[in-house]
Amino acid sequence: MNHLLIAPVVLPAIVAPFIVMALRHHLQLQRVFSVGSSVLLSIITLALAVQAADGTIQIYELGNWSAPFGIVLVLDRLSAMMITLTALLGLAVALYAIGSGWDTRGRHFHALLQFQLMGILGAFLTGDAFNLFVFFEVLLIASYGLMIHGGGAVRLQAGVQYVVYNLLGSTLFLFALGTLYSVTGTLNMADLAVRVAEMPADDTALLRAGALMLLLVFAIKAAVLPLHFWLPASYANAPLPVAALFAIMTKVGAYSILRIYTLVFGPDVAATAGIVTDWLLPAAMLTLAAGAIGVLGAREIGRLVAFGAIASMGTLLIAISLFTAEAAAAALYYTLHSTLAAALMFLVADQVMERRGGAIVATGPMPQSGLISALFFAGAIAMAGMPPLSGFLGKLLVMDAARDADLVWWIWAVILAGSLITIVGFARAGTEIFWKSHDASISAAPAETSTDADPDPEDAPSGALALVVIFGLVAGLALLTVFAGPVSHYTEATAAQLFDPAAYINAVLGSAK
Amino acid sequence: MSLFLIAALPFLGAVFPALLIRAGRNAAASSAGFTTLLAFIGLMLHAPAVLRGEVIQASVDWLPGLGLNANFFLDGLGFLFATLILGIGLLIIIYARFYLTREDPMGQFYSYLLLFQGAMVGIVLSDNILMLLVFWELTSLSSFLLIGYWKHLPEGRQGARMALAVTGSGGLAMIGGMLILGNIAGSYDLTVILQHKEAIQASPLYLPALILILLGAFTKSAQFPFHFWLPHAMAAPTPVSAYLHSATMVKAGLFLMARMWPVLAGTPEWFYIVATTGLVTMVLGAVIALFKDDLKALLAFSTVSHLGLITMLLGFGTKIAAVAAVFHIINHATFKAALFMSAGIVDHEAHTRDIKRLGGLRHLMPITFTIVIIASLSMAGIPPLNGFLSKEMMLEEAYHTTWLGSHWVIPGLAVLAAVFSAAYSFRYIAHVFLGPKRDDYPTTPHDPPAGLWLAPAFLVLLVIFIGLNSNGVAGPLVSAAANAVIGDDLPYYSLKLWHGVTPALYMSAIAVIGGLLFLSQHKRLEAFWNALPRPEAKVIFEALVNGLVRAARAGSDALHNGAISRYAAIMIVFTTGLTYAAFRTGTLAAPTRSVQEAGVLPVIGWICLVVATLAVVMKHRNRLLALVLIGVVGLVVSLSFNYLSAPDLALTQISVEVVTIVLMLLALNFMPKDTPVETPLGKRLRDITISIFAGLGSGGLIYALMTRDFAAAPISEYHLANSYKGGGGTNVVNVILVDFRGFDTFGEIIVLGIAALVIFALTEAILGSRVRARLLNRKPDMPRAGDAHPLMMVVATRVMMPLALMVAAFIFFRGHNLPGGGFIAGLIAAIAVIMQYMASGFAWASERQRFFFHGIIGSGVLIAAATGMGAWFNGLPFLTSAFGYIDWPLLEEFEWATAALFDLGVFLAVVGAVMLALESLARFAWQPGMETEHAMDINPARDDVAEDEKEA
Repeated sequence: MNHLLIAPVVLPAIVAPFIVMALRHHLQLQRVFSVGSSVLLSIITLALAVQAADGTIQIYELGNWSAPFGIVLVLDRLSAMMITLTALLGLAVALYAIGSGWDTRGRHFHALLQFQLMGILGAFLTGDAFNLFVFFEVLLIASYGLMIHGGGAVRLQAGVQYVVYNLLGSTLFLFALGTLYSVTGTLNMADLAVRVAEMPADDTALLRAGALMLLLVFAIKAAVLPLHFWLPASYANAPLPVAALFAIMTKVGAYSILRIYTLVFGPDVAATAGIVTDWLLPAAMLTLAAGAIGVLGAREIGRLVAFGAIASMGTLLIAISLFTAEAAAAALYYTLHSTLAAALMFLVADQVMERRGGAIVATGPMPQSGLISALFFAGAIAMAGMPPLSGFLGKLLVMDAARDADLVWWIWAVILAGSLITIVGFARAGTEIFWKSHDASISAAPAETSTDADPDPEDAPSGALALVVIFGLVAGLALLTVFAGPVSHYTEATAAQLFDPAAYINAVLGSAK
Repeated sequence: MSLFLIAALPFLGAVFPALLIRAGRNAAASSAGFTTLLAFIGLMLHAPAVLRGEVIQASVDWLPGLGLNANFFLDGLGFLFATLILGIGLLIIIYARFYLTREDPMGQFYSYLLLFQGAMVGIVLSDNILMLLVFWELTSLSSFLLIGYWKHLPEGRQGARMALAVTGSGGLAMIGGMLILGNIAGSYDLTVILQHKEAIQASPLYLPALILILLGAFTKSAQFPFHFWLPHAMAAPTPVSAYLHSATMVKAGLFLMARMWPVLAGTPEWFYIVATTGLVTMVLGAVIALFKDDLKALLAFSTVSHLGLITMLLGFGTKIAAVAAVFHIINHATFKAALFMSAGIVDHEAHTRDIKRLGGLRHLMPITFTIVIIASLSMAGIPPLNGFLSKEMMLEEAYHTTWLGSHWVIPGLAVLAAVFSAAYSFRYIAHVFLGPKRDDYPTTPHDPPAGLWLAPAFLVLLVIFIGLNSNGVAGPLVSAAANAVIGDDLPYYSLKLWHGVTPALYMSAIAVIGGLLFLSQHKRLEAFWNALPRPEAKVIFEALVNGLVRAARAGSDALHNGAISRYAAIMIVFTTGLTYAAFRTGTLAAPTRSVQEAGVLPVIGWICLVVATLAVVMKHRNRLLALVLIGVVGLVVSLSFNYLSAPDLALTQISVEVVTIVLMLLALNFMPKDTPVETPLGKRLRDITISIFAGLGSGGLIYALMTRDFAAAPISEYHLANSYKGGGGTNVVNVILVDFRGFDTFGEIIVLGIAALVIFALTEAILGSRVRARLLNRKPDMPRAGDAHPLMMVVATRVMMPLALMVAAFIFFRGHNLPGGGFIAGLIAAIAVIMQYMASGFAWASERQRFFFHGIIGSGVLIAAATGMGAWFNGLPFLTSAFGYIDWPLLEEFEWATAALFDLGVFLAVVGAVMLALESLARFAWQPGMETEHAMDINPARDDVAEDEKEA
């Protein structure tokens, strides 16, 4: 039993309560522990990714109860990739929050951050459907805490909507799990796969209802139209470094769809045929369209990026909803890209917010305008999927993978038109914010800075660290571009593993049978 | 030099100017110039081989899974363009150093310029169409930056956005076209695609691919009707206009058409789309150019016209026309870049480029005048300059081409364009440099320093040399490039001045004479032109984009209007609808379980539940009443759990009920007592309907589930069988919670802990804001109870405290085998403490509170985690439990289990979380230092004592 497998969950689960208990009044120590934990998590997840790279599937039986009776964690290529991405993003956000002073603007930032990481990492690792629900709850409640970090009326209002909407989603999750358990009598994903495949053909209605409700739960998390309403206001009004971390949260939904609907309700399962493909693809295209239109119409930089994130989820879900190995490989590459790109853009937006407020109108010139505008440009390129950054490659991969789909023309048209609208939207915003502010004829309205309290002067933020993090993300995107070959090799192997569920099922249930 | 290096050098070079700008403008310029020169030399080293007809290749895998590889090749066409890009680039770098002023950020300029240069070199060297797309979009982006270089000018910003939108959309269309093309050919490598002419032209997807690719080429090369962005791109500094918008970037579309010529050309579709577009563009651009007063606008439309000319030639699809196209690309690049630079000089020196304000400059700027006169005459097609040669070839080809059966359309329009072309060329000379000297220039112009005129002078020399000795100077280049376009069997052509008396010569003569005539009548023509109604592209475009933005804004805002009730309604309709659809498309087996008889008690409970639920709906505007009714619902639910033999659930439910009601009462204290009616009746009816359907749906689903057995043996059977054997407890529910699925419980206590932390953080945030003062000065909206701490209650709660804690301990310890456990015990303990807060007041209770609630939560989670980790030391997985039995003397056998330690963690986390939530809420009305009156004093005579104190 490889105990390293449980470390990504246990480590933050220990560090966070320790911070709460012992370091409540020592911000510097909190920072040390939070960053230390994040670094360790990055190392651990990288080590796990190396272990998973050769295609072995490891399981970890909690409480030494074998599947399907106890809970198992499963490490395959997909979960390894996702946890590594999460840990690295978590580290970036922890450092940025320190560098920008965001962690001084409210209580318990670092503890909540660690809890949030624990929830996300657990969701990626678990092989049990109910345990997935538990981790969804952990990440939801922690994200709510992070979202309203720093307070303020607008943010609190958005927070209420966020949590109410997602609690509705949790309720639906319980309905789905209850239905699936009542029909199949199990909650372990591999066991579910076995039992669903054996379902009698004349008894599928309830199973279908359960499978569909589960999909809708994940669709809510992945912000698929028309279940995306929780996202724009909450991302735009959250502290933007937190929104950067949330870039991975929508991916939890996408991951779950990919996992469950290849493993349990795969494309070949007769009982649940058609429940996903019939509507997910059109919905994904609508999501992309709504995101792009939102980008074009945004009045405020946080909302601009939030809609950009929705658009990228649309592209990602288009790839997922094709349910072929090639498209899944493209989706995974795009996942890596869009997570980093959205995080980058939210952090850049935070830099802008801090300097001049978020409204997309010309104000007076802001400090370090050149540098920030260059970073904005890089982020916008990444998000709109323009070369030379990885978004362009991801988009090409997705489009290429769709070439045999029935709706290929629609898919291409939506992706390309969406890109165009996004480009125009970002170009407008960028020229308003960065260029027009140099125009002497624009009466320099007093820059309304954000309503958030200034960081505690005692823990004065070092702007340099925040910028270093942003540059790190840009470098990450550049690396993803340069090493697109090896990375896509990994994602192809991952997709192949996903579409061969027998190996997964054997790994999990092998010991029981 | 490796092709990789040639392509990479400009990108590397782009880094230096930005970094070196602190070292001075010369450092920035020379670093840019040096890298370009290096790349140029590298290119020239390949010249002998390429001119011999060899193709140089270099490739490395980038993204082989997609077929996107960094493959480069250098053939004649690529060599021609790369030479133009790097050669003119070098001249521009020199020119720009003297053109830009001190206020302009020069490092940025050179960085952008080299970025663009690298992208252009990449396009012309790419042997992979996906790679080509990468560079293609990069040119759009870098041109966006360059056009908007003068950020403070609105024209620059608008022009940049317009160029990006138009060329960017073309590029996106081209992505689609290229993907189709690659799919037909089975490879994205150009050299492979170029060998699949038959397959591609026979494919049903040929036409869509062609149109999409041409959209990319036409937008980039400013062909009608996408030509409108180019004149507005002239807001860029002149070196940029000369480089991007005349010599190189706008030729990328032509390059692409030439590149794809072998596989795409030769069909009627190609001819009619490409040649017609080129023809229209050529005429239109020439006509408009004559009536532009801005020098750069004149040149911009002239560029549009010449691009149309070349497009038309490529569109003819004949080999000789392709040769002419290649030749004109060279010639146009030389004279037009020179003209742009000279326009920049005029602007730089006279501070205006409005033709109406200029004239007579030949006396003041003789050098510039010389340059302009040569370049303009070449543009007009006057022998012996190079423009004459290629225009002659064009006219010759036009003469032989029929269009929809007509022999006159193309030659006629070509001559018309040539007439206008000659006219505006002459106008540039006549209205700017000839005529009397004026005394109202914004500043008195004179010839610029050599740095500015050297570059155009060099180009003008080329204009003359190519004209005089075309075979010697340009011949090898033209034949190598033409070879690359049309294949090995070059048709007979000759690049010479005198071809004898041909139709083309007549046409040329008409053009020159007509041009002079038009110039002499310019005033009248202009008056006529100005009277014509013309669509203003910029106005239309801006209106279109602004309209789109407004529509997007309105649509997006209307969709995301922030009303959670509507969001929820959409979600519920969508989820119930889809779930129902999924249900209906399956088959439902017959029920396998019979329905039980309902006894009297369940029916009473059911009626209570229904009535209470309905009452909540009816009375929800009175919040206190609604809370009480919710309490009733919870109570009935816990009773029904008990009735259905689930005592653990019943216990949990009832204690959770108590705690939540207390917390909500506390919260209600700070809120209005009533919910106002905020939604119109229609919306409420809508919501009622949705709720009824969703409720019926979930009820139906649950009924269907409960009347059917599991399809296979459920895992709970294993839990029942192994609870005592493997988990050491006879209460299966508890063993599931702390053992079988202890990991879930571990997660859930963390959820509870986080929830409490969030409530705490939220309180802190609110108390740190202005809300705090409002809360403290709040007047209660209902009369307060006369006695905040009633005697009976204080006494009762204090007596009950130890009893309640005892019960908690009892419940905790019996949990493993009988209903109970850490969770319920935690809630009971919390209730015991809460009672003290309620009866004796917050201050009194918190004075006696020794442990911080944060710490209790933390220790709970840590104890649970530590218990789980203990298993590691036995080499077992996290949360593996151990248990055993001890015989205590005099007592009965006693069981120990690590699960109990885990349960202790649960207990602590629950207590801490509940109490932290309570404390946080209470702090809205309480500040440190506030004292509770009389809480400890249960003496009935306390009022007298208080009065005594007051008097004292």
